Amino acid sequence: MHIEGKAVCLGEDIDTDMIIAGRYLRTKDRNLWATHVFEDLDPGLARSLEGAVIMAGKNFGCGSSREQAPVALKEAGVQAVIAPTFARIFFRNSINVGLPVVEAACECVDGEDVTVDPDGGKVHIGDRSYPIHPLSPRMLEILRAGGLVAYWRDHK
Amino acid sequence: MSTLSERILGGMAGAFVDREVDRAYAHDGTGVLTLEAWHAMGTNKIAFPERVYILFDHIAPPNNSTTAALQAELRKFAHSMDLHFCDVGGGICHQVMGERYALPGEIIVGADSHTCTLGAFGAFATGVGATDMAAIWVSGSSWFRVPETIGIHLNGNLNTPAEAKDLALTYVGLLGMDGATYQALEFVGDGVADLSMDSRQTVSNLAVETGAKTGLFYADHVTLRYLAESGLKPAVQEPEECRYRREIDIDLENIEPVVAVPPRVDTVKPASDLYGLPLDQVFIGTCTNGRYDDLRRLAEILRGKKVRVRTVVAPASRDVLLRAVGTGVIADIVQAGCVLLPPGCGPCLGAHMGVIGEGEVCLSTANRNFKNRMGVGGEIYLCSVATAAASALAGELAGLEE
Repeated sequence: MHIEGKAVCLGEDIDTDMIIAGRYLRTKDRNLWATHVFEDLDPGLARSLEGAVIMAGKNFGCGSSREQAPVALKEAGVQAVIAPTFARIFFRNSINVGLPVVEAACECVDGEDVTVDPDGGKVHIGDRSYPIHPLSPRMLEILRAGGLVAYWRDHK
Repeated sequence: MSTLSERILGGMAGAFVDREVDRAYAHDGTGVLTLEAWHAMGTNKIAFPERVYILFDHIAPPNNSTTAALQAELRKFAHSMDLHFCDVGGGICHQVMGERYALPGEIIVGADSHTCTLGAFGAFATGVGATDMAAIWVSGSSWFRVPETIGIHLNGNLNTPAEAKDLALTYVGLLGMDGATYQALEFVGDGVADLSMDSRQTVSNLAVETGAKTGLFYADHVTLRYLAESGLKPAVQEPEECRYRREIDIDLENIEPVVAVPPRVDTVKPASDLYGLPLDQVFIGTCTNGRYDDLRRLAEILRGKKVRVRTVVAPASRDVLLRAVGTGVIADIVQAGCVLLPPGCGPCLGAHMGVIGEGEVCLSTANRNFKNRMGVGGEIYLCSVATAAASALAGELAGLEE
């Protein structure tokens, strides 16, 4: 599993209300979530996420269990989220919807080329590399399948 | 020798286990996505319909035709699959599950982050997302990583006007917003015995604000007395010697009224530091502080007086509302000038019935004060019921002392 993209750097403790606000939840329109992702953090950010790897600070995705948060990121074109730690429900939701999330502490600036292999053990940014905290075998399997829906279909 | 999480999940901290769940619930918000994921899995099966619950609380009753249509689809599904169903007006999912179903030793999953509230019953209760919930509908089980546990020793008794909410905000301030990520909290010590079930649910409710999976109390005589009212007779859970990753001591005598300052739940300050803060709205309710003890306390403070700022009150459930009607608590609250909302989440998540405007400040008994949560450009300060009530009367942030 090889992922690459341009770094978009964000701060610590980005909560799920910041990722997708509660006022946009009552719909099944995934495109709407992608349009409004990070609106309360930076209204222009949604348009620059195609092909991005989000490089966040600790505790990314804290707050609610809303699965619209990782779905919005995925629909907006985010390739992966890398952070030193994640809130656990967000982390699990991301794997379940097929959005790669990687625990690693990296130094990075906006626009740098980032590559990561969630099975492989390292994040590469320019000529620097950072170790990752490996996913459990089950989570890797779900991610490789493209998410829990596809994983479940495969295992039926 | 195990922590309560290890005992219930049947594995040592760090182990991954597959377990059948005893109860699985979703609400009108997360249930819609769960149903979509369940359809996408290409199944028409629910492994244990008798263990699956759908409860409408987030936008209850619906605020527009889109919400109404989404709820109609989910309602029809719940009836067609013979699931437990609780329609608008029944109350907040965590509250209703606590009033009727949750039992010590159970594994309970809810498609809502505040499912940790039911840890107050000695259940391993934790929040999951919609797709996880869909898989649980299909299989009846899920995987769990048995968490490490932080032991929080509570000593002594709370002194009025401090309440369980002040204790809860205090430990969130101590641990920080990610201080317990991937871990569980256990509340133990001699101070537990004097905390009512309503208070314990308030304390467990905020566990997720530290990143914790759940916040557990061992079932004791207080738990058993509460459950006996519903005709339930589980056994007491005795704590064992066990290994905590970290231990914290809190002397309840030292807990004072506190406020969490926006936009972080862990920015916790003495309420007295903020006296005089102008307020546009006070909100009392939610899965944190909408229970009967909370409404009774509110009524005691408001009785015979008038609020000086718009004050909205949402009982956590129909049972809470009925009890508060019967004892005159609701009459006191309404006569004081408060707006009474139907049982449910109310304006906590900024969807309806008490949304705040640009530049407005709300003092709330809820559990989150994230930027824009209750309305774009508005600010949320979190506090106890007593602080909310005293402030409603003063028209600005105030305490009960004077």
